[in-house]
Amino acid sequence: MSTHTPQPDLPPPITSVGVIGWLRTNLFSSWGNTVLTLAAAYVVYLTLPPLIEWALIKAHWLGDSREPCDLEKGGACWVFVSVRFNQFMYGLYPEAQYWRINLAAILLVVLMIPLFIKQFPWKLWLGFFVLFGYPVIAFYLFSGGVLGLEHVETSRWGGLTLTLVLASVGMAASFPLGILLALGRRSSMPIVKSVCVVFIEFWRGVPLITVLFMSSVMLPLFLPEGTNFDKLLRAMIGISLFQSAYMAEVVRSGLQAIPKGQYEAAQAMGLSYWQSMSLIILPQALKLVIPGIVNTFIALFKDTTLVLIIGLFDMLAMIEAALADPKWLGFSIEGLSFAAFVYWIFCFSMSRYSMALERKLHTGHKR
Amino acid sequence: MSESPTPGPVVSDELTIELRGVHKWYGQFHVLKDINLEVKKGERIVICGPSGSGKSTMIRCINRLEEHQRGQIIVDGTELTDDIKNIDQIRREVGMVFQHFNLFPHLTVQENCCLAPIWVRKMPRKEAEEAAMQYLEKVKIPEQAGKYPGQLSGGQQQRVAIARSLCMNPSIMLFDEPTSALDPEMIKEVLDTMIELAESGMTMLCVTHEMGFAKTVANRVIFMDGGEIIEQNRPDDFFDNPQSDRTKLFLSQILAH
Ligand SMILES: Nc1ncnc2c1ncn2[C@@H]1O[C@H](COP(=O)(O)OP(=O)(O)OP(=O)(O)O)[C@@H](O)[C@H]1O
Ligand SMILES: [Mg+2]
Repeated sequence: MSTHTPQPDLPPPITSVGVIGWLRTNLFSSWGNTVLTLAAAYVVYLTLPPLIEWALIKAHWLGDSREPCDLEKGGACWVFVSVRFNQFMYGLYPEAQYWRINLAAILLVVLMIPLFIKQFPWKLWLGFFVLFGYPVIAFYLFSGGVLGLEHVETSRWGGLTLTLVLASVGMAASFPLGILLALGRRSSMPIVKSVCVVFIEFWRGVPLITVLFMSSVMLPLFLPEGTNFDKLLRAMIGISLFQSAYMAEVVRSGLQAIPKGQYEAAQAMGLSYWQSMSLIILPQALKLVIPGIVNTFIALFKDTTLVLIIGLFDMLAMIEAALADPKWLGFSIEGLSFAAFVYWIFCFSMSRYSMALERKLHTGHKR
Repeated sequence: MSESPTPGPVVSDELTIELRGVHKWYGQFHVLKDINLEVKKGERIVICGPSGSGKSTMIRCINRLEEHQRGQIIVDGTELTDDIKNIDQIRREVGMVFQHFNLFPHLTVQENCCLAPIWVRKMPRKEAEEAAMQYLEKVKIPEQAGKYPGQLSGGQQQRVAIARSLCMNPSIMLFDEPTSALDPEMIKEVLDTMIELAESGMTMLCVTHEMGFAKTVANRVIFMDGGEIIEQNRPDDFFDNPQSDRTKLFLSQILAH
């Protein structure tokens, strides 16, 4: 009779772990792969050093005029950006009132921090407050007219502030609206269903630029004489309705991916329609479509630049205006690079956050 | 059929489910044809029959997962109509276990169990959690309470599904092929749980092809084919002395392997 002795656990071979192993499996696993790796390395070698030299090493950072940039060419002139920085951030908002925007921003950050702390017990309430209470506070801070704050017209809001206001209002409105539209489109009630289908197909079928244009040119024609509908508000409504149609289709794709058994189990337990949607179906469906939701949000964020055509000055519009300044002609590369960088930071953060969220919500395999 | 033939809790004379002349169509297709069935409190009924014979459809009509178009279904004195109040009332009394478990993958085992008691029965969270643990102990997996369904084996998931239904404290349990999606070694653990449940006096309607289970716990076996109830009898008579040819053919097929 032979007895079985279990084999000891051996470490993996050295060539499959560590730096060498990683290089081998990822970069040099085959001839084709090796060629691609080398070609890519060459492209990086050609482009990266000159870029770093232009953007960082030979660049001019400080000062308040273009003289140093003109004397010594070859590098970026970030002086242009730093001189105009405040306008890029706050638009035409009165300088003495900048603190109000800063205060609103700080308040938002302070309110958001506990939402990311795991043990914080009143997350739900705080979340509600951030969504519904905070916008009111921010509105009165920005616009003033109360508590002795000087009134600032919405037409003077601008720069990155405006971009963020438009984007966050658009996101906060289009998300719930999109969910309702998606549920409506899958409803068994024919009227609800057709209203949602018509709404979605209409808004998806027209370009945002026309929506914005029509909202500022055509809408006043339909409204009674003398009603003055704020331009910014019209843009917000236009963007929200437009994006909610996209959001609805993203959410609907998630709803379709949930197996029928989940609906049936919820029903069999006696949960009502809204209970089963909010407790069972939507949490799963939304988790599945996080990438699609973030995609829509990123598109929305960048689409806010289109408000330029109805005369609102978001960050890109402020940069364009600065580029037209006769004293600072010829710095469009710097200006647009700065814009690209700022947009990229925000969009990339959203993308990273969504990936972290997906990891956090992962609960093992679905069966 | 007046006396309970098998050991176990005595069946009362009180009716709990009544189906009277129930018909159902899927479009043009006549799935259920004149179904008449009376179930007494505490009765344990096994339903079998070939695939597509309407077994699932019939038991799903009892908790309105499917709508019947003709006839009456009365559960615990409440008739199933379009009235949402009646439907809710009945769903509280009737638990259901599915072939594919249908646990909620985004909630832990314990949360799966607490959900309906909290939201439907309005039970305080703490109480619901304690009750959930009690039922998880009953199905012998209290140690899995904090895990997600995706981290459990099939047999464990099905036992959680049973515990989840029991948490609503139902008076009737419906099972639709609860063991057909399981590997052989897991079937036993689920059947053991069901046998225990039967011994506690629960009214059970169970679609299954586990004939051993039918013999040990059922008071009555129902054979369906083509949307009709062909034959119903005490298990010993049903297996030893089937009346119709279709029953005989079916039994010979499933007992062949
Ligand atoms: N939603 C539906 N629409 C149309 N036909 C359906 C639908 N659901 C079931 N059927 C049909 O109704 C008949 C009965 O289905 P049912 O699921 O009740 O059978 P079953 O006896 O449970 O079979 P199985 O043992 O395969 O589960 C089948 O022929 C099936 O094709
Ligand atoms: Mg079936």
